Amino acid sequence: MINSQMIQTDLTGVLTQEEILQIDAELSHVPYKSGAAIDALKIIQANRGWVSDECLQAIARHLEMSSEDLEGVATFYNLIYRKPVGKKVILFCDSVSCWICGCDSIKTRVTEKLGIDYGQTTDDNRYTLLPVPCLGACDRAPVMMVGDDLLTNLTEDKIDQLFPDNQAEDDL
Amino acid sequence: MEKVLTRNIGADLQPTNLAAYEKNGGYQGLKKAMKGLSPKDCQDLVSASNLRGRGGAGFPTGMKWSFVPMGENCTPGHKYLVCNADEMEPGAFKDRLLMEYDPHQLIEGMILAAYTIGADLSYIFIRGEYIISIQRLRDALAECYAKGYLGKNILGSSFSIDMYVHPSAGRYICGEETALINALEGKRANPRAKPPFPQVSGLWGRPTIVNNVETLCNIPHIVDRGAEWFKSLGSGEDSGTKLFGVSGRVKNPGCWELPMGTPIREILEDCAGGMQDGLQLKGFLPGGGSTDFLVPEHLDLAMDYNVIGKAGSRMGTGTLIILDDQTCPVGMVLNLIRFFAHESCGFCTPCREGLPWTRQVLLDIEEGRGTKKDLDTLAFQINYIGAIGNTHCALAPGAMEPLQSAMKYFREDFDRHVSGHSCPYGSHSKPLSQNNSGGY
Repeated sequence: MINSQMIQTDLTGVLTQEEILQIDAELSHVPYKSGAAIDALKIIQANRGWVSDECLQAIARHLEMSSEDLEGVATFYNLIYRKPVGKKVILFCDSVSCWICGCDSIKTRVTEKLGIDYGQTTDDNRYTLLPVPCLGACDRAPVMMVGDDLLTNLTEDKIDQLFPDNQAEDDL
Repeated sequence: MEKVLTRNIGADLQPTNLAAYEKNGGYQGLKKAMKGLSPKDCQDLVSASNLRGRGGAGFPTGMKWSFVPMGENCTPGHKYLVCNADEMEPGAFKDRLLMEYDPHQLIEGMILAAYTIGADLSYIFIRGEYIISIQRLRDALAECYAKGYLGKNILGSSFSIDMYVHPSAGRYICGEETALINALEGKRANPRAKPPFPQVSGLWGRPTIVNNVETLCNIPHIVDRGAEWFKSLGSGEDSGTKLFGVSGRVKNPGCWELPMGTPIREILEDCAGGMQDGLQLKGFLPGGGSTDFLVPEHLDLAMDYNVIGKAGSRMGTGTLIILDDQTCPVGMVLNLIRFFAHESCGFCTPCREGLPWTRQVLLDIEEGRGTKKDLDTLAFQINYIGAIGNTHCALAPGAMEPLQSAMKYFREDFDRHVSGHSCPYGSHSKPLSQNNSGGY
């Protein structure tokens, strides 16, 4: 939730000119500005990884809607992040087909290797682990996404290879 | 059997670009329509074909379209055609295949659907995680604009249509068509009250048709080859072919195009290769996570909407989820209810409160803390939030379907959990006890 003490009156310069241009391009599809709310949130997140309070307020002002309304939208959707995330988000599928095919032990291995549970980010800021609704690749269960990549037929060995103990700094 | 929807999807799984799609007869339906078929002709063809919606509900597509006001009956302004590509039903993985490997088939279907209902703007509402589908659809749209299949005056006709790919920001409820429309409008995806139906007042208050990916992929073939041909493809009472999928612990999980009305046994045994060694079939959900369990005695039923309906379940998405005899049915239902509780939009109380309550009761039973009274609570919830009309939309009633049928077919498994104070299936069945979104 927005911390009221953080609400700023001067929001000029919070969004870059490029971001504002990208948001304005979306406005051509919609009959009123708040209609581009989700697009605007996604644009900011694509640039910055997440949506800060400051950005949320600046977007709301730009779209002529209240920041409370926009916060209601932002927190509804699981792919909009209102907290900082690591460089890559791991979307772990624990829906029914993956569960039948043993995703619990895969999840345990990921947690062991990275030292994070759902909602947490690794100390080196590489990864944030989140659950996700069925990823639609049930014939290749268990599956997860790491960043934009869908990884399928997961095994504990695959997790070990994916997250080696001594990962070099420039791996990402 | 003749492949229709997957005719361009080879074993090499290479995506089909415009040239390859056209070479194999692509855009013939569009050319035929632009040359000599009126929107009414197309509407009549689709109605006569008896195509039923492939998103899960099986509503006749032609009838759905027929509610859109046309000509003088429609007030001036936009009409919209929206493709529901928000495939998020647990266990469903068919639309991904169609979009990743043959995006033009969907686009051609959408152009024809838009022409039929008089839409001038169309959106592909696609889940944000389908990265490859999004990219390939965007590439295909660019090819279509360059070729004149999209934009102003398609193929020299007076018909114009623009199309956009709209990646979603998540949430299962967006698959409900009015929730999807709210999401497209930049709002929280709470379903809307019906009526008014989207056909009359949908996106931005204008007439809107929302159709599933697979439904729309059938349209070019119906327009090109006719309603009678399409009807002849089905082996039972329903028309056309269908993508059927199997997931779970079978030898060869996958997705196949087969005639409507194919017996379940054929899908499970011939296509999916039967159960993995050492496992027996205990039950299955015929069409995704919100359909009722069926059991081995139903294996010879045809995958037709009405046949599966009469057996007490729904064909849904046509993607079967297999329960084997060494996986705990209570654990499986708990996993499903946990999913639906998490994905409730929170708008109405029975769903928002009832599903987490049900999840907690199931968790207690699964972990050996359950009592006989808990089983009564489950029965109460099934009757209460499972009844259409007590909740704002179909999410909670859908969630109750696997639970009610599990309690019918696997009642002794529930009882054994309660009397034995533990899960008789051992560690595989242990559910993840977390139930939050990680705080994001």
